[in-house]
Amino acid sequence: MTGIIIIISVLSILLIGSGIFAIVTKNLLHAVIATGVISLALSVLFFLLHAPDVALTEAAIGVALTTIIFIIAIRNTTEKEDDGKRVKKTDKPEVNKVN
Amino acid sequence: MIKKIIVLFILVVVGIFLIEAFTKIPFGVKRSGVSDFYLIESPQTNKVANVVTSIVVNFRGFDTLGEVTVLFLAATGLGSILYRRRKKKFHEARVKIASSRILQIGAQMIFPVVILLGAYIFIHGHLTPGGGFQGGVIIATGFLLLMISYRGFSVNHRTISWIESLAGMTFVGFGLIGLIKGTTFLQNFLPTGELNNLISGGIIGIIYVAVGFKVASELTGALDTFLLNNKQVTHLEDEE
Amino acid sequence: MNNFLSISVYGSAIILILIGLYGVLAKKNLLKVVIGLSIVDSGLHLLFVAIGYVKDGTAPIFSPEVIGKNVQMVDPVPQALVLTAIVIGFAVTAVALSLVVRLYRHYNTAHIDEIKNLKW
Repeated sequence: MTGIIIIISVLSILLIGSGIFAIVTKNLLHAVIATGVISLALSVLFFLLHAPDVALTEAAIGVALTTIIFIIAIRNTTEKEDDGKRVKKTDKPEVNKVN
Repeated sequence: MIKKIIVLFILVVVGIFLIEAFTKIPFGVKRSGVSDFYLIESPQTNKVANVVTSIVVNFRGFDTLGEVTVLFLAATGLGSILYRRRKKKFHEARVKIASSRILQIGAQMIFPVVILLGAYIFIHGHLTPGGGFQGGVIIATGFLLLMISYRGFSVNHRTISWIESLAGMTFVGFGLIGLIKGTTFLQNFLPTGELNNLISGGIIGIIYVAVGFKVASELTGALDTFLLNNKQVTHLEDEE
Repeated sequence: MNNFLSISVYGSAIILILIGLYGVLAKKNLLKVVIGLSIVDSGLHLLFVAIGYVKDGTAPIFSPEVIGKNVQMVDPVPQALVLTAIVIGFAVTAVALSLVVRLYRHYNTAHIDEIKNLKW
């Protein structure tokens, strides 16, 4: 009985830790890999709850395809989170005044 | 600052409602009689060993038709949103950096095994865990492996359209045959064999094979469209 | 034992839903919003499958070992529903990402304040 308790607590901690890391971090590539880790831990948890069809589907779709689609989207856009922030108005250079 | 406080307040309210609802649902207690009906009917009437497959294809087969439609619409939407007018510079700007030899030879060796695994999973969908969707996704992952390692690899979109259309028409056609014979849509009209044989379950095996082909070809075409939009192409095109 | 299982499985599903909801509501980069949407989907699927669990049950497949005996099986109906839900969640994520790529191509940024010109 203690084996199952250890496995489920490790999986739950991995799930919640990866979820918090995926939202907080500033590098988008790390966030996508954390989403893949969530899908992996979820797939093992589904198998422990006696649902093999759902575990196979989550492992095939969540780990492989979702990660690839996110990486292609990152490649076509930007890689860091705050890559387009507004410049403050006081930094503008002065306009030449015609006297 | 105020926005973050409002967001946290919303989260706390939703969290309290969810926790309150789920402490009243006991964990691990047998709940409904509907599952009894499916667990008894499936090995007797349909003679299918995998109960989830029998529910997905036969008892609730109309929902599976809706799901296949949603995937088809998603692939179409992907292709139409990322549409580019093809100019001559488009084909020259494909990335010419080849990947290493190890990746190429490894992908060549793994690819037939992956296709075989995917085909095994959707053919034996009514006997073991698995089915059409899982097998189709695995085959699409095999093609994706080739697309990543060989930079000039591309699939023929006409062939993919033909395979996808034929597989979709097979699904709807088998449903309509049930309607023509006078019973319901997607009625199981072929003879069901013995339990745990390969040929058992009537039309369930055939429909899952059709779904496997459809999902595999659809996802391969969608991934090819998605991979084709290079960032380098953005610099070479005129401003639209 | 049953109490521990119930708290950990339900608790991690609810926490995943709340984390994803925070990502959708409070993040400014569009890709982070889509990641949050995907995390909400994962939490919901775990919640559904956890409802259908029966204590000391086994997987709902009639393999040759369990045909004659009278074994307790896990509820198969939520599993069939979650199978469909996973595929549809992936389709929604794919279309959302293609919209983000198209927006980036037009405005040259993926930051939602620049696109909407809001100050809040």
